[in-house]
Amino acid sequence: MSPIAGGSWKGVTLTELLLQVRDLQKYFPVRGGLFRRVQAQVRAVDGVSLSLETGQTYGLVGESGCGKSTLGRAILRLHEPTAGQIRLDGADITQLDRQAMLPYRRRMQMIFQDPYASLSPRRTVAQTLREPLDLHRIGTRAERDARVHELLDVVGMGPRALNRYPHEFSGGQRQRIGIARALALDPSLIVADEPVSALDVSVQSQVLNLVADLQRDRGISFLFIAHDLAVIQQVSDVVGVMYLGKIVESASASAIYAAPKHPYTQALMSAIPVPDPALQRTRIVLGGDVPSPRNPPPGCPFHPRCPQAMDRCRSEVPTLKRPAGTEGGHLVSCHLYD
Amino acid sequence: MTEPLLRVRDLAVEFDTEQGVVRAVDGLSFDIYPEETVGLVGESGCGKTVTGLSLLGLIPKPPGRIASGSIEFDGRDLVHTSEAEMRAIRGSEISMIFQEPMTALNPVFTIGTQMVDVLRLHKPLSAAQARREAVDMLGHVGIPAPARRINDYPHQLSGGQRQRVMIAMALSCGPKLLVADEPTTALDVTTQAQVLEQIKKLQEEFRMAMILITHDLGVVAETCRRAMVMYCGKIVERAPIGELYAQPRHPYTAGLLNSIPRIHAQRPERLPTIPGRVPDLLHLPAGCRFSPRCERSMERCRVEQPGLDGGESAAACFNPVPA
Repeated sequence: MSPIAGGSWKGVTLTELLLQVRDLQKYFPVRGGLFRRVQAQVRAVDGVSLSLETGQTYGLVGESGCGKSTLGRAILRLHEPTAGQIRLDGADITQLDRQAMLPYRRRMQMIFQDPYASLSPRRTVAQTLREPLDLHRIGTRAERDARVHELLDVVGMGPRALNRYPHEFSGGQRQRIGIARALALDPSLIVADEPVSALDVSVQSQVLNLVADLQRDRGISFLFIAHDLAVIQQVSDVVGVMYLGKIVESASASAIYAAPKHPYTQALMSAIPVPDPALQRTRIVLGGDVPSPRNPPPGCPFHPRCPQAMDRCRSEVPTLKRPAGTEGGHLVSCHLYD
Repeated sequence: MTEPLLRVRDLAVEFDTEQGVVRAVDGLSFDIYPEETVGLVGESGCGKTVTGLSLLGLIPKPPGRIASGSIEFDGRDLVHTSEAEMRAIRGSEISMIFQEPMTALNPVFTIGTQMVDVLRLHKPLSAAQARREAVDMLGHVGIPAPARRINDYPHQLSGGQRQRVMIAMALSCGPKLLVADEPTTALDVTTQAQVLEQIKKLQEEFRMAMILITHDLGVVAETCRRAMVMYCGKIVERAPIGELYAQPRHPYTAGLLNSIPRIHAQRPERLPTIPGRVPDLLHLPAGCRFSPRCERSMERCRVEQPGLDGGESAAACFNPVPA
């Protein structure tokens, strides 16, 4: 197997930050009226900063509309950021043109949520897996063919899959093909956007184990996006909780699961149905609905639903920072901790 | 001993497909008692939704049909009930709520119109009376400003609100049995928590029995008194909820429970999984349908299909997981 470009490989760790995102914004204009003027902005990603080390997994969790998918795509420049900076291995890739981006695109890949929509129905598995290799002109044709075989093997599928079309496979298998495709160029970073949400539980666990294996054996960093906190815990080293375009809490996985600080994180953890009928617990049930990013509330975006909202929360926007009097990497965006 | 409200015996539902006849439900038997909540659990393709639809006579014919078996509701034989009679039963005696509230609600009518429709179909109400009841019901399910929202179209409401409207419609005529097919799967987890609380509250208040169809074992644990696990069109295990989770007897149930990611105090080790995948219903294995994937399978399992005994707890397995 070829060595990973710019990452770590079997015990040789580089503790350089692989990915640094600073104050990233992605706004979508809402046009209307006779002249299709911009009437408002949907602030899908509203000032997000995060960093990811080599071989680490950052679990990004949040509910629908919070901006997590948009953030994942913006980092890969599938959406052009409105503002902010993205650095891959120290290099600023935010504004690079298409040509200059090419070598970086090899190092960042994506796995999509919908295993039914993310594979072209008109291409065989072999064609789908060869495409990135052909585009980037990796090796000779024979070497590309060999690589395609290898990729399928890594994701636990046999060579008979090569000449089949996506519709011949189940959701879990298609997801594996999507993972194989993401691995084709030996990326350092994979953005996995809800890769298991559409899968049944028994298949989900197979795919999650595969992701964990890839991270451990190949030192790939993952930005793992999901809405399921239990899934996130299974794979993440660091966790960031998103709400309405902002990260409201971020910490190591162990810290956040042991003691979530932000009221939204606490509610999120509490809301997950636990498959244990013997467990007695008091649930935090949030009032109201998840708001739309087109019309975020003033002050703290969470205040209308927050069981602990104070006066200040209605007018002052909190910032993501260390709670007063603490050390370490656990950050919260909440006035309760000022 | 109370009589069951619903009695299903040896239900078989078939569909004609290009590649042959598929038996989505293959010999299901179960009872539902008044006011109880029973979970019908399984992964995609196991036949749970088809089971729910057959209870309401909603199996599309063609290509589907109830091939054999009986469904007895409140003493009435639903399999041989005419469509006209079923219309009178649907909504007023047995109601259903569906997974996708956007496709279940008619997008071109206001929710008020749709709710009044249901009410006037089953109760002798004037338009004004029906509208008042509808507003009442909307408030009951937690829609804020119901008198105003009743004039909204489904697309003007959030997913959680639409689901609540659907619940309001399903309950408006006080049915004895509610079939809830993945009612919260399409919702965010915080909204899901709200809607589940709502359903539980309403169920107690209206004293309904409920069949909760879902793949989510967490939801079942929190809402049901007992549950039935389905695999490839059959019930493979049934038990009261505490027992099912603490001591699953069927290897499939045990495998499912083990493979669910849960929140732990510390990051857990590798997730246990069930190897392989669900067989194609057109190419079912001989013998026990789960045996190709089962760690505990024996010679007998590959040849003979295990049956399911009666009683509160039973597992269709020749080599069940020891206690």
